[in-house]
This record gives sequence, structure tokens and C-alpha cells, in this order.
Amino acid sequence: MPKKSYRMAINEAIRHEMRRDPNVIILGEDVAGGQGSSGGPGKVGSVFGVLAGLYDEFGAERVFDTPITESAIIGAANGAAMTGLRPIAEIMFVDFIGVCLDQVYNQAAKFRYMFGGKAKTPLVIRSTIGAGFRAGAQHSQTLHPLFTSIPGLKVVMPTNAYDAKGLMIEAIRDDDPVIFLESKLLYDTEAEVPDEAYRIPFGEANIVREGKDVTIVGFGLMLARAQQVAEALAKEGIDCEVIDPRTTSPLDEDTLLESVEKTGRLVVVDESPPRCSLAADIAAIVADKGFRSLKAPVKKVTCPHTPVPFAPSLEDEYMPNPRRITEAVRAVMAG
Amino acid sequence: MSENTAAALQMSRDELKRAYRRIKTIRAFEERVEKEFALGNIPGFAHVYIGQEASGVGICHDLTDEDYIGSTHRGHGHCIAKGCDVKGMMLEIMGKQGGLCNGKGGSMHIADLTKGMLGANAIVGGSPPIAVGAALTAKVKKNGRVSVAFSGDGASNQGTSMEALNMAVVLKVPAIFVFENNGYGEHTAASYAVGAKSIAERARGFGLEAETVDGSDFFAVVDAMRRALDRGRNHGLPSVIESVCTRHLGHFVGDPQPYRTAEELAVARAVDPVKIFRAKVKDVRLMDDADLDAIDAEVMAEIEEATQAALAAPFPDVNSLEKDVYVRY
Repeated sequence: MPKKSYRMAINEAIRHEMRRDPNVIILGEDVAGGQGSSGGPGKVGSVFGVLAGLYDEFGAERVFDTPITESAIIGAANGAAMTGLRPIAEIMFVDFIGVCLDQVYNQAAKFRYMFGGKAKTPLVIRSTIGAGFRAGAQHSQTLHPLFTSIPGLKVVMPTNAYDAKGLMIEAIRDDDPVIFLESKLLYDTEAEVPDEAYRIPFGEANIVREGKDVTIVGFGLMLARAQQVAEALAKEGIDCEVIDPRTTSPLDEDTLLESVEKTGRLVVVDESPPRCSLAADIAAIVADKGFRSLKAPVKKVTCPHTPVPFAPSLEDEYMPNPRRITEAVRAVMAG
Repeated sequence: MSENTAAALQMSRDELKRAYRRIKTIRAFEERVEKEFALGNIPGFAHVYIGQEASGVGICHDLTDEDYIGSTHRGHGHCIAKGCDVKGMMLEIMGKQGGLCNGKGGSMHIADLTKGMLGANAIVGGSPPIAVGAALTAKVKKNGRVSVAFSGDGASNQGTSMEALNMAVVLKVPAIFVFENNGYGEHTAASYAVGAKSIAERARGFGLEAETVDGSDFFAVVDAMRRALDRGRNHGLPSVIESVCTRHLGHFVGDPQPYRTAEELAVARAVDPVKIFRAKVKDVRLMDDADLDAIDAEVMAEIEEATQAALAAPFPDVNSLEKDVYVRY
């Protein structure tokens, strides 16, 4: 099977769906790039190159470069989705969601329920997340806990190229608004990705490593760090089970609870500040529904309660890293 | 004979009857909403469209069910002008089972996608960006439809409105932005809060055609809208219409309006779109009092029936609380 990058896997998914369904369109800042320039449009394909070549194939009829006006981008995507298109809107960095949050949480997320089930909003909002890019406080957040807390939004955090393709196809075909969060530091990672289309259902966690001693849950970029720790600790005889929830909303609670029932120990690795994080959420779910399985207190490995710092020494310490994950696993093993 | 009277002469009697029926239905519906609110039969709060009827009806006069509108917190009139069922609306406003949104929306969130009504919107400035998207659908599908965003003078100051105007020009989509300037954004005068000389003048700066029209005169609104529709349907271009209206009542039902003098209110209420319509059609001898009064009687009966049905209907079953968050989970 061919190896492809996370970036190109997402590109392939979108290309496939645009060929299959003429209602799928793209809009956002520089999704083609170069409109009105001397060099002409289509040379950019989104700032991280995820949409490379799509303007060349589908043209200005399907790929709309917009002004830098996020409320109008998401608002237009909402209106288009309600009236029969399946837009894929891009918010270049998830941090920019602040200027258009109304269109996300008051509009897209609510139409279906607020209109008595008579409206649907088949919209994908793609955005890039995560620290470690030396991009400072306003280009480095994850914000998935915010989206996860909003009823009506589905939230996807692919951890590898294979999943990214299958989850993107699922997102485009889904009739609900989907927030699709791409980890910037994963764009160049590769996996075996089939050429044909396939779907990965939402709300089905992936057990990426089976183990009997500790359950480690990781989202987005954090999954790879959890896996790295699990492999290292295996050499010491600590057998970790590593779970990738794939989507934070819906969340596959059953797989998490079954795993904790088996291992009795839980570490959640979440690249977000600790309060109201997914780590806190999952710890609460396990305390509520799996308390009697626990042999030790749940450990959360999160960022500190600070904005993302710029200096590399600070940013590296800000993010959950293998050292802190290892300490957490040792702590739960000690009971 | 004025230009607008000429427009009246070009309409068929059936067209005029439909228009008057809608204008009168809005007036009667809103007066009943006030009454039922005072009796405690409407939960929450409500904003009525009394004094602005000719604006919504004029804008929607040449639209079909295939065209789209988005509305505001003061949206009952826009719903009726677009053809929404008044019984379904009254049920919704009372939060009853069988309402247009099954009781999940309420006064500020009535939608009926089968009529192209994409929703009243309780966020000031919520509709203009959405209208750009509906117009984008029309452009991509090349189906000749247009979309209309109703907003108030208050929303004209929102950044979302300005983003939407610019985006509509950049993407060249058939969106029509109707700013109904009723003189007040909640409890603050537009003369204070709108920094430009006029909303239309400011809109022209975005690079689109904009005009100001007397929103109390149905025929003037239809005229302006026909020019916007030509640009939208035939050229795929956006427009702005500033429709100058009068708000006969407060921001919400029950607003005592300490900020408006009795003199100002008397002047505002003297401009009555229902009376203006009646005078115009009688003037050109296309309808007489008997025709108009007959419609009044039909409308009053319809509103009475809708209200009684809504009062008698049950609240939604609590089992529907968690229904329709997602299409599928």
C-alpha cells in the first residue's frame, strides 16, 4: 500500500468527494491563493498546502478564495449548507475562531435543533491546531474542549494519515456541522493510505496498542507521544493500552470504560490547559461510570493554565511530553 | 400620478389582494401577540413588527418559495410575508407542540425551509453572512434564485454585516441586504448609533448598488426590490436596500419607551402602512373599502382560529428534549 502524508491524505479525501459530489465546495482564505495577483490563482492551496491542486482541478466555480473575514466565511458556509451545498470552510489557525464564534456556536450548531429538526447544516470547518510550531500565543492553541462542549457540533482529531482520510470523507458526507482539527505537527507524518475512498465512523475509538496495566488516552498529536511512552515502558514490563478516541464529540465512552475495567488505571494526555479539558472530562466520566474499576487516581497530563509561550524552552515544557507522561504512568502504577 | 401609483396600476387585483392580505395579517397577528403576551400566554419575550408591515411584504412580493430570506429577532412579519403558516407560527411563539419548529425555536427563531425562510435570528448581524451563503448556493447551482437578509439599523453597524457586504461583492453573488431602519436599535436612536449619513450611503462604499426607500409604502418598496432583483437574478450581483420604517411600539412587547416623547410617538404612529396601502389602491380605483374590509374579516377569522388552536395545543412532550441535536450520532 502506498505511503502518504497526513497532508496529502486529507487532500485526497477532499479531492475524492469533490469528484463524487458537485455540491462539495471549498471556501476560505488562500484556499486557492493568488487571486488578483500577477502570478494568478491556485499556487497556494491553503497555507499548509493541504488543498494543493484542487483549484486547478475544480476551478473558481468550486474553490472560493475569500477576504480575511472569518464571520463571513463561516456565515456563508452556513447559508450554503442550509440550502443544499456541502461546504468545506477553512479557518487557517483555530485561534482565529474567536472572531467568528457566533456563526459556529449560535448558528451552525443550533440550526437543526432550534428549527425543530427541519434544517440540516452539512458543513465541515477545517482548522489547524497545536503548539510546537514556534508560532506564539495566537497561532498555537487546540481549543477542542471548547468545540466539544457545544451541543450540535461534531469534533474530529485525526492522529495519523490513514484516519485523516477516512475521517475527512466521513465528515464531508455527514449532515451535521463537523469541526475537523488538523495537528500542524502531523502534516508530514506518513502512513499507508489506500488510493480508494473509505470511511471511518465517528465515535469509534481506535485501540492502537493493547495492554493490561494502564490505559493511556491521547488526542491528536498527543497520541504519538503516548505510544512512544508505552513502547519505552514495555521494556520495563509496564504494559500500556493506548487509545485514540479519534473524535471528541461523539466520544466512544464504551471503549474507554472497557479498557479501564481491564487495566484499572488511567492516564489522559491532552494538549490543552487543565481546566475543562478533555482530560478533565474523561476523568469525570470514568469517576462516574467506572469508579469501581480504578486501582489508582486518574492522572491528567495537560498543558499549564497559561497561554502558549513563544520561547522554545518554554513552549516545549508547555506541551505534554514523554517525560511527564512517563511520570504519570509511574504514579498510577504506584497506586 | 406618482411613479409608485403607476406601479399599483400595473398590478392585478389578485396581486393587490394578496399583498394587502399579508400586510393586514401581519398587523392582526402582531396585535394578537401583544394581547396574548399581556395575558401571559407567550413565554419569554416578543418583538413585534407593527408599523413596518409594508417593508417586509414589499420585499417578498416578487420572491418565490425557492428564494431565500433570513430574518431578525423582529421576524414575525418576514415569516408571514414569505408565506409561513400563521397557525404554525402562533403555536411556535407559544412554545406548543406542532409549532413550525416543534416548540424548540420560539418567537426569535422561526424558520420554514419549505418556504425559503432560513430563520429569524436573535443575533444582531447574524443573517447577512448566512444570506451570502444562500446566494452562493444559487450561484453554484445556477438556479436563478436570490437570497435576502433582513436586518435592522442596529445590525448595519455590526462587523458581520460589513463582512457580508464585502464578501457578496467579492464573490459576486445575488444577495440582497435589506436594512430596515426603524429609527431605533433597541432603545438607542439610529441617528446616534449609525455614524454615516445613511445606511445606503455607507453601503455604497462596499462597491454595490444601494438605495433608500420609504418602507411604509408597499409600492415604493416593490419598485426598489424589482431593481435589486434584476441585478440579482439577471446579473448575479448583490444590492442594498435601506428601508426607512417607523416603529409604532417599543423594542419588545411591554417596553414602556421612556426614551421617546409622546410627540415623537404620535408622529411615528401617524405613518401607518396599512392606511397608506388602502388609500393608494382606493385612489386608483383598483380596490374599494368593501374589498379591503372583506379581507380584514377573513384575516381576523384566521388569526382567531390560529390563536385558539395554539392556546388549546399541548406543550411538547419532554421526550423530545434530546431529539434533533444531530441528524445522526
